[in-house]
Amino acid sequence: MSDLLEIADLTVSFDSDAGEIQAVDHISLTIRAGEVVGLVGESGSGKSVTAFAILRLIRRPGRVKSGTIRFNGVDLGTLSEEEMRQIRGAKIALISQSPRTALNPVITVGRQIARLFELHGGLSARDAHRRMLEMLSLVRIPDPAKRAGQYAHQLSGGMCQRVMIAMALATSPQLLIADEPTTGLDVSIAARILDLLRELGAKTGAAILLITHDLGVVAETADRVVVMHAGQVVESAPVRTLFHQPAHPYTRALVRSIPRVDRTVTMEPIPGAVPSLLDPPPGCRYAERCGWVSERCRIARPPLTRVVADHEVACYGFEERRDAAG
Amino acid sequence: MGFLGYLVRRLALALPTLFGVSLICFFLTYMLPGNPAMVKAGPFATPEHLAEMERAMGLDRSLPEQYYRYASGLLRGDLGESSATGRPVSEDFVQRLPATLELTFASLIIAIVIGIPLGVLSAVHRDTFIDHVGRVVGITGVAMPSFWTGLIFVYVFFYLLDVAPAPLGRLGAGITAPQHITGLYVVDSLLTGNWQTLRSSLFQLMLPAATLGFSVMAPVARMVRSTMLEILESDYVKAAWAAGLPRRTVIYGDALRNALIPVVTILGIVFGFLMAGNAVVESVFAWPGIGNYAVTALMTKDSGPIQSFVLFVAVLYVAVNLLVDLVYGLADPRIRLG
Ligand SMILES: Nc1ncnc2c1ncn2[C@@H]1O[C@H](COP(=O)(O)OP(=O)(O)O)[C@@H](O)[C@H]1O
Ligand SMILES: [Mg+2]
Repeated sequence: MSDLLEIADLTVSFDSDAGEIQAVDHISLTIRAGEVVGLVGESGSGKSVTAFAILRLIRRPGRVKSGTIRFNGVDLGTLSEEEMRQIRGAKIALISQSPRTALNPVITVGRQIARLFELHGGLSARDAHRRMLEMLSLVRIPDPAKRAGQYAHQLSGGMCQRVMIAMALATSPQLLIADEPTTGLDVSIAARILDLLRELGAKTGAAILLITHDLGVVAETADRVVVMHAGQVVESAPVRTLFHQPAHPYTRALVRSIPRVDRTVTMEPIPGAVPSLLDPPPGCRYAERCGWVSERCRIARPPLTRVVADHEVACYGFEERRDAAG
Repeated sequence: MGFLGYLVRRLALALPTLFGVSLICFFLTYMLPGNPAMVKAGPFATPEHLAEMERAMGLDRSLPEQYYRYASGLLRGDLGESSATGRPVSEDFVQRLPATLELTFASLIIAIVIGIPLGVLSAVHRDTFIDHVGRVVGITGVAMPSFWTGLIFVYVFFYLLDVAPAPLGRLGAGITAPQHITGLYVVDSLLTGNWQTLRSSLFQLMLPAATLGFSVMAPVARMVRSTMLEILESDYVKAAWAAGLPRRTVIYGDALRNALIPVVTILGIVFGFLMAGNAVVESVFAWPGIGNYAVTALMTKDSGPIQSFVLFVAVLYVAVNLLVDLVYGLADPRIRLG
């Protein structure tokens, strides 16, 4: 599989009265065509900011301080605003965090989908309407003709999320970014939404960047997982490897904290709190919470290094232990 | 249930307000210096004459009785008499109302047509030069008393530049009024195809409407700016950007459409400002409306017109706000079933 999206060395910060909030710190990650990549991290670890940076939608007070983002080999940073607009929604689509508030309250949901067909597909109003109804059936919304004429507040949370998925897939994007697509939904509806995403992704060949704070969600959905902590990528691995041989102490803690029915020991919470992103010290941001911490962790940020093919970790402690063992 | 029930409920809620307003207007007579009988009888009346006058006007009766007579008169459409013109106030009102309405509507249109884009621009270009200019223009509009703005406009545009007509009423010299249909000269001359009158009435309307519109444009712009700022940060606007919608669509379609909903609610208040502001601006421009009528009455202590003007503005205010609530219900799908 070829690389569809390649983020290299991306840094995003926000200016605030108190100082500079470094939300994303020199991260790199790759998504191949058709692949489902889970982006996991606690709340506030910079996942949504990364999603908006991919779409080049970081606005004041935020700014991209370093890095390149290549999509199909093209550096998105070199495109004009108009060229970028034609990629948004059409080639890279976003399903945002809160389905209900992400739909415009005064435009019918049908219209919100149909206009994307007109805009990106160049369809006539009549054809766009027909395709919109097809799209609503595809995401299994019962009685599409009736629902199309309704507003977000008239739909349930799960239904709104289905509408968002329909919107995102309307233009057959190559990359679908789903930012916490199941927050606020109850467990059974969440599971169905995830199934739907995976199924439609496979059907259309779209790669999916599945953003979540819940490792359980990616276990069943993703091919590969990237773990973020306080704005830094700490580990990247195929999903099985990540669960069975987690390398980074943070990932290990995350895996241990998943509630499991087949384990008698209770889940362990991760010690310590997410560090402040306001003028953070150099080095690894997990240092203060880490049992493996040594002096160099506080001085320099550990680079992502390969463990085995396709498995990378950013941890001096892991390297030392591996070198000592082998 | 539904819309009709909502309407009835809202109308019922307006009744206590109207009762309160009529009470205030009733007592207004007592707050004006000199009692109405004295004004009517004139300065040289004998005490006997005065007492007789008071009896004739019912001023010797108990307050509740006087209020009862006043209120039942109101319900019959009897607003009392103007001692200056000697005619029923209601007749004077009906004759002068179209002039006031024409001025008010024109100002409202100016306030909306300038205020809304100004607010949008300020929000989109937040904290830049454009935003600061917008703020200064807005504050100036609010801070300057409208008689002052009016005089400056007259001085600059009539006296210095000579691009505006003399501030002398609704039509230029030698122009006849159009056939009476709505009483609004602009509308009537349009309807009858009377181009000469149309041009003259628009010309005369220009400065007073700009003066009045300028004074209320700022609250409109400020409201649009603050709601737009909030909405531009909303999830659905971010989603619209992410969907690749063009800038125009996002700002004027997705965002402004939502921002206009709260703006509709302040239009009622703006309308109230305009009605009150009329009194001053009409005087400056010799505009023959009810505001001018009330100011003249105030100077001659003619209580009937003053009382009626206050009552009229208050009732109109209540009615417009009721209308605004209903329109609000139609504009926002979330409360359509209200
Ligand atoms: N508009 C903003 N202004 C200031 N700080 C922001 C803004 N958006 C995000 N941040 C900062 O970036 C950090 C990461 O946010 P986000 O990417 O939303 O986290 P999450 O991983 O939960 O999606 C937050 O802790 C916050 O401090
Ligand atoms: Mg987030």
